Amino acid sequence: MVEKHTSDIGFSEAPVRASEWRRFRRVFFERKLVTFGLVVLVLMVIAAAFAPLLTPYDPYELGDAGESLLQPGGEHLLGTDLLGRDTLSRLIYGARTALMVGFISVFISGFIGVPLGIIAGYFGGVINMVIMRAMDAIMCFPMLLLALLLAAVLREYDVISGIWVVIIALSIAIIPGYARVTHGVTLSIKENEYIMAQRAMGSSNMRVMFRHILPNAFPPLIVLVTMQLGALILAEAGLSFLGIGIDPPGAAWGAMVWDGYRYLANNTALWLSPGIAIALVVFAFNMVGDGLRDALDPRLRGLL
Amino acid sequence: MNPLKDEAILDVRDLKMYFPVTRGLLRRKVADVKAVDGVTFKIRRGETLGLVGESGCGKTTIGRCVLRLYQPTSGSIFFEGEELSSLSESKMRRIRCNMALIFQDPYSSLDPRQSAGSIVGEPLKVHNWVGSQSEYNDRVEQLFRLVGLDSSMTDRFPHEFSGGQRQRIGVARALACEPSLIVCDEPISALDVSIQAQIINLLEELQAGIKGLTYLFIAHDLSVVKHISDRVAVMYLGHIVEITKSRTLYENPLHPYTKSLLSAVPIADPFVEEKRERIILKGEVPTPLNPPSGCSFHPRCFMATPECSQAVPPLRDVGAGHQVACIRV
Repeated sequence: MVEKHTSDIGFSEAPVRASEWRRFRRVFFERKLVTFGLVVLVLMVIAAAFAPLLTPYDPYELGDAGESLLQPGGEHLLGTDLLGRDTLSRLIYGARTALMVGFISVFISGFIGVPLGIIAGYFGGVINMVIMRAMDAIMCFPMLLLALLLAAVLREYDVISGIWVVIIALSIAIIPGYARVTHGVTLSIKENEYIMAQRAMGSSNMRVMFRHILPNAFPPLIVLVTMQLGALILAEAGLSFLGIGIDPPGAAWGAMVWDGYRYLANNTALWLSPGIAIALVVFAFNMVGDGLRDALDPRLRGLL
Repeated sequence: MNPLKDEAILDVRDLKMYFPVTRGLLRRKVADVKAVDGVTFKIRRGETLGLVGESGCGKTTIGRCVLRLYQPTSGSIFFEGEELSSLSESKMRRIRCNMALIFQDPYSSLDPRQSAGSIVGEPLKVHNWVGSQSEYNDRVEQLFRLVGLDSSMTDRFPHEFSGGQRQRIGVARALACEPSLIVCDEPISALDVSIQAQIINLLEELQAGIKGLTYLFIAHDLSVVKHISDRVAVMYLGHIVEITKSRTLYENPLHPYTKSLLSAVPIADPFVEEKRERIILKGEVPTPLNPPSGCSFHPRCFMATPECSQAVPPLRDVGAGHQVACIRV
């Protein structure tokens, strides 16, 4: 190899400075609702993380006689439930359950669904057919129904217990979502010349799929994750409302709504507060997801 | 003279690449696109073979077949004495170290999520070309300097470079494992004219500096090809119609297609330009789905006779390594 000074063929062109990050911030924070959603989520994560420090009472401690079904105000800010447990404390611990279910399920299903989608899209042909038709088959069932079924089966056979039933059931139910999005993105990414460059230099398929296609598929996946977190928390609430979710005395928003709806008229805070919490979090996740999509979508560059 | 000069590094014989056209649910094959239809040529070590022709004539397909990015329909490709078209992909991987590809589009040929340094260094990792991390870093920096980029730019990302700089990164990547053959697939067509010259000069300087570096230079710009190539092959609809030394081609084109191509090149001198005789071809390029019988150029040829539609004219020698596929010459 020769070494030489290449002054005559040097770099006369000025390099373009990166402004991606700046554009991301501008688009993302432009809408007030997105910022609001982000604030809600940050607060919720803090609340879930520091729950023992923030709660005024032990969420599992049963109240004394006369402490059940207290109205909001006074010592118990949001009142107490039938067993005299503090609603606010249970609400904060419920955030823990909701976030845990959401994040772990997203992680598990992404861990399975994303590779499936990449493999199907990259190899195509029969492999693609088998994987994607299997995903379509799972998708035939409504997410909540499938999760309900899976949770019931898992519970029946005592495979796992408690919160993990919900997590596993929901994870399986949302795998097809990941596989489909990743599959679609992979199909478009693999047409790029840099993938052909990898083949020309002799990279293995694994390297191409997970070093080159996966990082480029990230933006739409981040958006999907955010959107699905909202949907998962809603589904978890639905499952616990139906009595399939978290075992008592664990605090879950869905179960709290179920406990409270019998006192629909005379103790509003009991069902309304977890209901609002669910609505707020799902809304926040959707808003942040929307903001991320706008900020990460290269097709909107120049428009936003 | 260099003794290596006479050895054919690449020997392509009767290469055919047909792409099937399928239709319907059962993917029934209804036709073939004959992208490359019986092409034979050799490149000697250290030489540059220019491959010219209009869009869709199969130049890029040849380049990709040579690198086994496409599995040829038939024919053989000998690279450094080894037959490539029947090798398994795992055996092929070892050979890929010695051949590289430079792309036309410097925007889509670099992974946007990879830093420039790791793009250039990737072949080194794929082929375990370096022993240690420090060797790797040294090699990447050396490659950056070699193509005229500042070695402090290694951790920048592709979008932070201009088009010409990105093409330099592509060149550095191609050079990483010291290949003996580089297929340049229209490496300058997507660049500004001033940058084109820089990249051409860079490629020439590299060839002068690296002993035995061979280019298969695919382009549609005749003047650029003339400048860089030792020999030029002219393609029309999947066939090579003329192949000769680049001087000879420009001074004494024999095939009617080459003549018409050269007559289309504008001349910078207005007086000469005024007198330039243009050969305007009639009609359009036929579809490779259903090429004309006999010489595929005969429907548009100004020298055609009825015999031209009878048989495909073979590439025959007319002296001094000048080969033409035309029965009228």
